[in-house]
Amino acid sequence: MSLKDLLSPFFVWQRAFEKPYTTLRPTLDRPGAPAYRGFHINITETCVGCGSCQTICQNNAIDMVAVEAYAGRAGDSGLRPRFDYGRCCWCGLCVDICTAASLRMSNEYAWISDDPDSFHFTAGVDDKPWQDNELGYRRAEGYHLNPPKRIEMPMLSAQESLKSFAEVTLGYNEEQAKKEADRCVECGICVATCPAHMDVPDYIHSIRDGDYEKGLQLMYRTNPFPATCGRICTRRCESVCPVGILGEPVAIRWLKRFIVDQVDKKDYQRILEKPIASTGFKVAIIGAGPGGLSAAYYLRQQGHAVTVYEAQATGGGMLRYGVPSYRLPDAELDKDIDHITSIGVEIKYNSRIGKDVMFESLLENYDAVFMSTGLSVPSSMRINGENHARVLSGLQILADVASDRDPGIGKKVAVIGGGNVAMDAARVSRRLGAEVTILYRRRISDMPADEEEIHECQQEGCTIVPQAIPVEIIDADNKQKVCIKWGEAKMVDDPKGGRARPVLQEDKMHTETYDCIISAIGQSSNLDYLSKELQEQLAFEWGKLTPAEYQHTSMKKVFVGGDFANRTADAISAIEDGHHAARGINRFLNPDFYTALEKQEN
Amino acid sequence: MTQLTGHSSALDFAQPEPVDMASGKYVKLWQGPQHPGITGNMSLELTLDGDTIIDCKTHVGYLHRGFEKLMERRSFIQNFTVVCRIAVPEPTFNEYLYSHAVEQLSGIKIPERAIWLRTMNLELMRLASFLMWIGGMSGAFGQYTVPNWTTAYRDFVLDLFEEMTGARIYHMYIVPGGVRAGLPDGFEKRARDIMDGAEKLLDQVERVMFNNAVFKARSKGLGIITPDMIDPYGIVGPNARACGVERDIRKDEPYLAYDQLNFETITGKDSDAYERAYLRLQETRQCISLIRQCLDKAPKDGPFQADMPNVLHWKIPAGETYVKAECTRGEYGYYMVTDGSEFVRRVHVRGPSYTHAIAVMERLAVGNNIADIAGLMVSLHTYPPEIER
Repeated sequence: MSLKDLLSPFFVWQRAFEKPYTTLRPTLDRPGAPAYRGFHINITETCVGCGSCQTICQNNAIDMVAVEAYAGRAGDSGLRPRFDYGRCCWCGLCVDICTAASLRMSNEYAWISDDPDSFHFTAGVDDKPWQDNELGYRRAEGYHLNPPKRIEMPMLSAQESLKSFAEVTLGYNEEQAKKEADRCVECGICVATCPAHMDVPDYIHSIRDGDYEKGLQLMYRTNPFPATCGRICTRRCESVCPVGILGEPVAIRWLKRFIVDQVDKKDYQRILEKPIASTGFKVAIIGAGPGGLSAAYYLRQQGHAVTVYEAQATGGGMLRYGVPSYRLPDAELDKDIDHITSIGVEIKYNSRIGKDVMFESLLENYDAVFMSTGLSVPSSMRINGENHARVLSGLQILADVASDRDPGIGKKVAVIGGGNVAMDAARVSRRLGAEVTILYRRRISDMPADEEEIHECQQEGCTIVPQAIPVEIIDADNKQKVCIKWGEAKMVDDPKGGRARPVLQEDKMHTETYDCIISAIGQSSNLDYLSKELQEQLAFEWGKLTPAEYQHTSMKKVFVGGDFANRTADAISAIEDGHHAARGINRFLNPDFYTALEKQEN
Repeated sequence: MTQLTGHSSALDFAQPEPVDMASGKYVKLWQGPQHPGITGNMSLELTLDGDTIIDCKTHVGYLHRGFEKLMERRSFIQNFTVVCRIAVPEPTFNEYLYSHAVEQLSGIKIPERAIWLRTMNLELMRLASFLMWIGGMSGAFGQYTVPNWTTAYRDFVLDLFEEMTGARIYHMYIVPGGVRAGLPDGFEKRARDIMDGAEKLLDQVERVMFNNAVFKARSKGLGIITPDMIDPYGIVGPNARACGVERDIRKDEPYLAYDQLNFETITGKDSDAYERAYLRLQETRQCISLIRQCLDKAPKDGPFQADMPNVLHWKIPAGETYVKAECTRGEYGYYMVTDGSEFVRRVHVRGPSYTHAIAVMERLAVGNNIADIAGLMVSLHTYPPEIER
């Protein structure tokens, strides 16, 4: 110890003249740092109410509550997160996991109130001064708590796939499926969106658990065509999957396929539910497509005797004759149909109603009739010369190929249309060795076909000519070939805000000769089996009709479903129509039971 | 100096004779759980003969927390928001060790930039923690000027944390898989300015607190830790280094970017309260140098997070691991067992305060004056939350 040790401490006085560190609160405000984790902001317009924030919150500080403004919005649960600031620890995990990046935090940190209840608030709905705050914590670029990219589906190369009609997609292996299943946030928005309301989160969960039999059971509750839908479903579920807002949606369809691929057909009987005891009722079904067979399956489960009348030699309808086997192999479709027949559904093939069996006799002999005959007549292009022998319909070509007949298309073909049938016809033609040009009247982005199909179509070497309007078909080479005259179109915006309209430009005409022209611009229904009076009585308009509740028609015993009775005209909608009609027919056949049940519930 | 009543030496672990309280010669006094000094919610049951301590017993249980158990019922991502609360003044060491253990068990390799940002974050934490500790040390000996300087200056370091991580105390920045963000614009300049100021402040602290007759008189010779106590008591960190034992995990088993940083382990000679305090002052300076090196060397761009699975369903394969890091008080460790489920089977948090505040404190207190107890405690730099996880 020295003299220095005695004097040195007096240095403290020097600091008395320095500027103090402290801030004069509340005279001067000190804002939080630009990335401060302060009070929550939710952009409710962007939010879809997936509830991931609620799931990840370790304090249970978030409840999803119904917000009227968003009730019933497509792809939206109608719920928004409500925060409890008595529980929140401001960790910001809710912001990190938010699938829509709608949730963030402001840099505000002071909120004084004498009402403890006011600290519950629904961000973005309850008016708070920080809602428009630009500063505060948000998820950093490149930071993810859920992989944004999906596991890629293994596929044949374009060269390889052109060599045969072998299935193009090869299916996930177990590791890939589990990884993909992991990406699901279990929000259930897909369930609401799926026409059949399949229990997507739960069957995806069964993949994570490795319990594929349970997955299959879950799928059969709402869909007796899982092997089919696992391959060719239009998958509206994926278009609303919130994981797809910032990244790629969960590959719901491929996961469904994975489950089916894991279970052997011979185990179906053991795993799946069996029909209940016979009720003695008899139901006739017209058409063994997805709608008819779905109704048949669920009616049979309810113990009714079901007979399906099918004009073709095999079942499946458009699934067999309209979908090429490289997308849906016959064996997979048979896997679904065989299970339906194995529970006691009787299918009478080669029985065309109106020819082999009369519709009226069905009405007499059965307790209820379900009609699902779909759209089987190709629409006309309404241009001169289209009745030329070398103008073929897309549907016919697909049906020929499905039945192992040679459609005789030649080496150079043009396909007219932009829907899935057009793409399928084009790809089938490529596989038959033809050079293919697709003419479509609008832009590629306007095509109604599945984006994936358009892409694969291009990969396989089909040339798509957009904004091309066919004007006339002219004979060439003495009916051996055919020439098409088409004009370039200009897109004109609709002043009312509808989709842009193509307008023919008379001065930009082209002609080209092909071995054949395949027309695939749409289909309509074939109602020849119904008399004019019956058609009127059922209220058909332009070959389509809108059923009442439970797919019921104006005729007491008749229920309808499938492509001619809904707007979407896809397999999954037909399946749901069938399921729904089965419920309706069940109520129709057991009215007392349901009245009693409703009374009890009320 | 220190006289051990009933024990021949610090290494005599025999049960001492109980004192005869009925004689009226002795008084029992509870120091804590609310008491001067910064060591928080624990208490010492002191048995006094006059004002000399003849027995000391540490009592914990005032925090009522049970973090290790809480973690068993939360998912792996949720736990990262819990662990930071285990040691309030030094949350990031918990964040780092928890994340590191999870990464080891799930086989995640974090990117280079995350390694550097983590290192910088940990060193900033060490600086903030030491600044607060200096205040406590000085305050425990009745000098209240230095605590005002250092705890106020610590707030500037917390400002840096606020900018970097979004929060001042519970940063929740080091997350399994990496870190949550890169550095904000202008951070480097502000960090360097604050480091310059901190260096100046430490010079002033040395002048006022260490070159101080009163402080020297009271702290020199107080609570001497001898080298032969180190292993039997499990003493680590500055408490061990102050008696000449070169033991620093950053050097011995380098983790993160420490093998790429230029620094030497600082050691002392006789580990008394003064020596330990002085060693920590030097380590605070070293810390500033390490932060500057991190600012120089950390990559400016690139990924800061490894590819992660969906954390909502994150399952980690069965396994066990022990990970450790050098915190301000020595070896901090996490032992973690997983069983392949979405939850951790068991976590054990090894905080250095466990031994420092219980075994070591109970032994060193004996023979000292009651007025020196607070100073002795702070010189061991203990945090009760670490004892009571």
